[in-house]
Amino acid sequence: MSSTTVAPGTKKTAAKPASMAQALQRALRDAMAEDPTVHVMGEDVGALGGVFRITDGLVKEFGEDRCTDTPLAEAGILGAAVGMAMYGLRPVVEMQFDAFAYPAFEQLASHVAKMRNRTRGALPMPLTIRIPYGGGIGGVEHHSDSSEAYYMATPGLHVVTPATVEDAYGMLREAIASDDPVVFLEPKRLYWSKADWKPDAPATVAPIGKAVVRRPGRSATLITYGPSLPVCLEAAEAATAEGWDLEVVDLRTLVPFDDETVAASVRRTGRAVVVHESAGFGGPGGEIAARITERCFHHLEAPVLRVAGLDVPYPPPMLERHHLPGVDRVLDAVARLQWED
Amino acid sequence: MTIQEMPGSTAYRPSPAPAWQPRTDPAPLLPDSEPYRVLGTEAAAGADPALLRRLYAELVRGRRYNAQATALTRQGRLAVYPSSTGQEACEVTAAMVLREQDWLFPSYRDTLAVVARGLDPVQALTLLRGDWHTGYDPRETRIAPLCTPLATQLPHAVGLAHAARLKGDDVVALAMVGDGGTSEGDFHEALNFAAVWQAPVVFLVQNNGFAISVPLAKQTAAPSLAHKAVGYGMPGRLVDGNDAAAMHEVLTEAVERARRGGGPTLIEAVTYRMEAHTNADDATRYRGDSEVDAWRAHDPIALLERELTTRGLLDDDGIREAKEAAETMAADLRAGMNAEPVLDPMDLFTHVYAERTEQLREQEAQLRAELQAEADAEASPEAEDGR
Repeated sequence: MSSTTVAPGTKKTAAKPASMAQALQRALRDAMAEDPTVHVMGEDVGALGGVFRITDGLVKEFGEDRCTDTPLAEAGILGAAVGMAMYGLRPVVEMQFDAFAYPAFEQLASHVAKMRNRTRGALPMPLTIRIPYGGGIGGVEHHSDSSEAYYMATPGLHVVTPATVEDAYGMLREAIASDDPVVFLEPKRLYWSKADWKPDAPATVAPIGKAVVRRPGRSATLITYGPSLPVCLEAAEAATAEGWDLEVVDLRTLVPFDDETVAASVRRTGRAVVVHESAGFGGPGGEIAARITERCFHHLEAPVLRVAGLDVPYPPPMLERHHLPGVDRVLDAVARLQWED
Repeated sequence: MTIQEMPGSTAYRPSPAPAWQPRTDPAPLLPDSEPYRVLGTEAAAGADPALLRRLYAELVRGRRYNAQATALTRQGRLAVYPSSTGQEACEVTAAMVLREQDWLFPSYRDTLAVVARGLDPVQALTLLRGDWHTGYDPRETRIAPLCTPLATQLPHAVGLAHAARLKGDDVVALAMVGDGGTSEGDFHEALNFAAVWQAPVVFLVQNNGFAISVPLAKQTAAPSLAHKAVGYGMPGRLVDGNDAAAMHEVLTEAVERARRGGGPTLIEAVTYRMEAHTNADDATRYRGDSEVDAWRAHDPIALLERELTTRGLLDDDGIREAKEAAETMAADLRAGMNAEPVLDPMDLFTHVYAERTEQLREQEAQLRAELQAEADAEASPEAEDGR
């Protein structure tokens, strides 16, 4: 994805959004105002403004034809969006919660991801699928899944996940402008918690497809994305007490994967930990660790470690803190990077 | 103990529910009890003779196409062919009722509809031949790719028709699905969306009796597949799928209704798949000869031929002409299919994304090196042996 249509953080309308939720809302509004082919659709996106209020006010401003409350049917929503994209529109679909997107998976895998390929470029799929994902908000079952591995394993999709307010705006604008389908994963526990991310983190302008070093360091690299970025930044601060100077890489985009930034960082530091919420087995961390090993084997001082969610179905809210990788679990992994045995 | 007997609840009176009435009168949505027929009935007198003759020529051509394509599977020229022999009236009329700006959404069995829409017969077989997935530009031809997953193209038809209407375009989408496909969730969701949005879509179900081997009785308990329309709030039409004149009339009516803003229609065409599911299937395992023979007596070409000859609208010369035209098409198809397709393996990377990702560039370089090594080995086999 090459065309950077918007420089995040530099666009006037994006100045100082109060929260990630508001940044996303602003991105939708700006995209709809600039391009009449952008259509927002999903369950509850109209009068209610979405259960997370991301689409708040859009129906008033753009009417029901541009911001459409659909019947409650995820395959139908995404399938209809495919047809709309075939006719030249740019649908932005909202899946209400991560696990509610599963009924639409056949449309996603069999049509959204493949239509360009099946038709030899005649029918691109310029659609964006917004999915609030991940845990940490005390949701009951089916409201906290991290499904990125499924999407990553499906060629034809872009899979992106912002972790900062600036990225939320900039990357959503880019996703909507992209001529390819983008699975846009919104870390729902960062929607409002501004304090969870570092306001003084460098607001790097980077297009989709590029990772960003959020914190430079010399002794090891934490590779992460989305909801785990604040955890890693906090862990990096805490690790200084132990004499560790940790670099934190925010992937921002899982597909396509920025091997260059990741490998460059690991070659500098010689040690790496991949941190994410989704289950570790068959998860993104395995892929990332393998890529690092293939590129940086001779630079590694220790095996690439993974700190991931447990390999269990997402737990009930009262137990989710044991599942989610927290600062202590990250620090434990960093300690193991000494690799003295 | 009921609530009335509970202590302190002596004053309980059930309150009436707020007034309720159905949104739509279901009566006009209900299909006829018998499939609608034209041929052999008085209604045939009202049919346009020129149209009937055109339908006849198309049916004969379609039958020949099915036979030729099936023969090509035996010669290894086609990977697979799901024949629509016996269903030609559905296939041909589905294409004929559409105008140029309209879109056709076919399933994998609907190659014939695609050809009847005017697509080059060889291009129509690209998917089934195995040389690429779609052999035509859907935007140019207004034919969606032949869809293999069942019923998943139906919501696309709804979305496209909806988008066209939002843009103010006079476009109707006609989506085809089999009886098995009506059990899929996407069928339900597409019909529901279409009705709620009043999208200009016509759903054509070809009930050919079997989903591979599973008969309709094990597929649904509904009185008919057309009855399913009522629950969505759209009219359902039951029609004899082997009666080309009836098919043309019912489809035309539904398409024009959609074009006028009248919303979607569900049409169930009752027909029969004379051949097996595909050339790879053995139909004798799940159905008997007597059933097939009964349907053979209700052949769509024979029905129309009888009507035309009885009324003096077709003579032996006319029949011969239609057969000769079909033979010409078959010869062209054979010739086209005998040409070896030339595939470029590097095309694998061309249309995955608008631009190749870095990962795909790496794989592209690897494949190019592999191809080069193959070419080198072919050029000098000794070097390869000595390696």
